[in-house]
Amino acid sequence: MERFRAYAMLCAGIGCIEKGAMKVKEALESELKKWGLHEEIYVVPTGCDGFCGEGPVLSFYPDAVFYSIPSVEDVPKLVEEHFLKGRVYHKLTIPGPYHKTDIPSMNDVPFFRYQALRVLRNRGLIDPEKIEDYITRDGYLGLAKALTRMIPEEIVKVVADSGLRGRGGAGFPTGKKWELGLKIKSDLKFVVCNGDEGDPGAFMDRSVMEADPHAVIEGMIICGVATQSHKGYIYVRAEYPMAVRRLQKAIDQCYEAGLLGSNIFDTGFDFDLEIYQGAGAFVCGEATALMRSIEGKRGMPRPKLWRSAVKGLWDKPTVLNNVETFANIPQIVLNGSEWYRSLGTEKSAGTKVFALTGAIKNVGLIEVPMDTTLRTIIYDIGSGIKKKGRKFKAVQLGGPSGGCIPEDYLNIFVTYEDIEKSGAIVGSGGMVVMDDSNCMVSTAKFFLDFTADESCGKCVPCRIGTKLMLDILTDICKGQGKEGDIETLKDLSEDIISTSLCGLGQSAPNPVLSTLRYFKNEYEMHIRDKWCVTGVCRDLCTFYIDESLCKGCGACVRACPSKAIIGEKKKPHMIIQDNCVQCRSCWDTCKFNSIKILPLSARKAGEAEIAAMAAALTEIPAERELVEVTR
Amino acid sequence: MSKIKILDLQKIKEKNKAEFELKKDGYRARVVVHMGTCGVASGATNILTTLLNEISNIRLKDVNVIPSGCAGLCAYEPMITIETVDQPPVKYVDLNEEKTKEVFKEHIMGGKPVKKYALVSGNEATY
Repeated sequence: MERFRAYAMLCAGIGCIEKGAMKVKEALESELKKWGLHEEIYVVPTGCDGFCGEGPVLSFYPDAVFYSIPSVEDVPKLVEEHFLKGRVYHKLTIPGPYHKTDIPSMNDVPFFRYQALRVLRNRGLIDPEKIEDYITRDGYLGLAKALTRMIPEEIVKVVADSGLRGRGGAGFPTGKKWELGLKIKSDLKFVVCNGDEGDPGAFMDRSVMEADPHAVIEGMIICGVATQSHKGYIYVRAEYPMAVRRLQKAIDQCYEAGLLGSNIFDTGFDFDLEIYQGAGAFVCGEATALMRSIEGKRGMPRPKLWRSAVKGLWDKPTVLNNVETFANIPQIVLNGSEWYRSLGTEKSAGTKVFALTGAIKNVGLIEVPMDTTLRTIIYDIGSGIKKKGRKFKAVQLGGPSGGCIPEDYLNIFVTYEDIEKSGAIVGSGGMVVMDDSNCMVSTAKFFLDFTADESCGKCVPCRIGTKLMLDILTDICKGQGKEGDIETLKDLSEDIISTSLCGLGQSAPNPVLSTLRYFKNEYEMHIRDKWCVTGVCRDLCTFYIDESLCKGCGACVRACPSKAIIGEKKKPHMIIQDNCVQCRSCWDTCKFNSIKILPLSARKAGEAEIAAMAAALTEIPAERELVEVTR
Repeated sequence: MSKIKILDLQKIKEKNKAEFELKKDGYRARVVVHMGTCGVASGATNILTTLLNEISNIRLKDVNVIPSGCAGLCAYEPMITIETVDQPPVKYVDLNEEKTKEVFKEHIMGGKPVKKYALVSGNEATY
C-alpha cells in the first residue's frame, strides 16, 4: 500500500460542493502535481465537517490545521506555503475544533509525548473528591462488570492473562496471587492495599491516592469479588495527610452510594473497607510487617513460612497489592487482557508510573509503557540534566533496595528483567537522577544510613551488618579508608543478603554493590589517593584555582562563606587553604571551570606541585563491569 | 446520595457530563487547579482563592473551577488548566497571583490564551 506523508481532508458535504469544493479539489490536485507532491499528500473528499458556513473547508493532517478556502485562487499559495514549505497559511485558517493555537501541543512537548496514561488517566481531569466525576470517566463500570457478568475465576483469569505484575517492586504476577487467594478456603479473607511508600524520592502511590482515590477503591472491591473476601484495609502512612483525607472522603461517598457495605449493586456481595494509618516506619512496607502493624502489634517482619495469600493478616488468607496495582485493575476488567497487553513487552506488560526527581529539569510524575528506554525518560521526558554544564552520571532506581544505573545502560527498557540485569530493581518506581557533582560513595552511604536507621532490629545480619557497612563507608568518606575495605564491604553484603529475614535486609546492600560494580574506581580513589573527585567528601579534597582559566570575576569571592578566596578584580584569584572549609560553593559558582578539585595531599603541597597536579588532571575513565543486557 | 444501581452509573455519567463538556450555552470555561501535595506546597491554594475572588468580583456564573490532583510536572507547580469552548485545554505553569489574574482576564474573559505563561495545549494521551 502506498503511504502518504499527509492528508488533505476536503469536505465534500453538499454545502461545500455547492460552494465549489470540487473545483478546489481539482485545483489542489493540479497544484500538488506541479510541485511533485501528489504521491506524498492525498486529497480525501470527506463527509460534512459541520462548518458549512465557512465552506469549502479543508482539514490538513497530521498538522491538524483547519482551513476555509472560499476561492480557487487561494489554492496555489496554500499549497506552496503549507503543503510544500510546512508553514501554516494563516490567511485561511479558521478556529475550528482542530484549530491550533500558537501554544505548543502535547505532541510538541516531549514530557507529554512519550507518556501513556492508564493509572493516571484521570489526573488533572477530575475532582478527586467527587464520585460523580469518577463515574463520568467510566468509573465503577469495571466493578459492575465483575459483579454481574463474570465469575471470580474469570476475573482472576483476565488479570492473569493481562500479565500485570506487582507494581510495588518485586513484580510478582498479580493473577497468580489472586488465584491462590481464591482457591484457599477460609471463613475470613482479607484484601490489603500497601500504600506505605517509604523510598526517598518516591511519590507515585501518594499521587495516585490523591488524584484518583476511587480507582484504588474500585480495584480493591474487584479483588474482593475475585477472591471472595469481604474485608479490606488500605495501609497509608500518616505523613500523607492529603491522601488519607481524600481516600477517607472517597470511602465515605462509596458507603453512601452503596458501593461499599452490604449488597453492592443488589448482587448480594458485601465488602467493607477501612484505612489504617501507619506511623511511617520503612519496614512496614514489607508485607508481613505491614500485617503485624494492622493487627496492632509492632511492625516487624516474620519468617515467610507461608505466602500471605495462605496465612496473612490474623493468620487468614490475605491478598496484598500495591496502590498502583489496584489502580490498574478496573480498566483491565473493563477492557480485557488483550487491551492491557497492547503496551509494554511480553514479560512486562502495560505501563509503569515513575517519580522522576533529582538533578533533572522536569521533576514530576510520569507514566510510560514498559518498553520505554531510560534514555527517553531522562533526556526526552525529563528534559535532561537541570544544571548547565553538568553531565549525567547515574540514575538511582528502586530507592534503598535498588541500585544505580550508569550512562552505558541508558538504552535498556524499564522492564523488570532488563533493570534487574543491570543491578537495580524497578521497585515502586522512584527514579533519582544524579549528575557528575554527585559522589557515589556518599550516595551509597546515604542509602545505607537510611536502611541502618530503618532496620527494625529483629535479626542480627540486618541490624548489625548494615551498621558495620555504614561505619566502613563513613570511614572511607572521612579519609580513614583502608586497603581491604572494598572486600569487607562485599563480604558483608553477601552475608546480609543471604541471612536476613525480610526484604529490607536482603536488599539493603544493593546500593553499595551497584555503586561498587559501576564506580569502583571512585571507592579506590577515596581509599588510596584520599581524593573525592567531586568534592562532596570534605575531608578528601583540596580546592585550587587554575590561574590560566580564572578571569578574576569575583563570583567565587562573594560565594565563599569563610573568606578564603583573595585576589584583585580581573586578576587570577587564590584560595587560602587554611581558611577553606571545602564547602564547594566556589566550584558551584565558577562559570569558567577554573576551580579544580585535587586530592587531600595538595593542601600541604607547594605551589609548583599543585600546579603539576592540576595540569595532570584529566578525566578519570570509569572502570565498569559491564554485563550484556539482551532482550 | 441514595444507593446507586448499575443502570444509574450511565445516568450519573450523562448528567455529570455537562460539568466536563463546554457548550455555547453552558459553561464558558472549565478551570482545573492542580492541587496535589506538590501543587499545594508551592501555592495552589492561593491560586484557587485568587481565581474564586476574581470570579465572585464580577459575579460570573459560567466558569467551572475544579480542584484536582497533580498534573505530573511537579517542578512547574502551581499549575492550572483552562479549557474554553472550541479550544483545546491550555496548561499554565509557574503561576503566582498576578499571572493568574492576567490569565483570568485574557484567557477566560477574553478567550485568548496567554502564550507567555502557557506550557502546552491539548489532552494527554490515555490508552
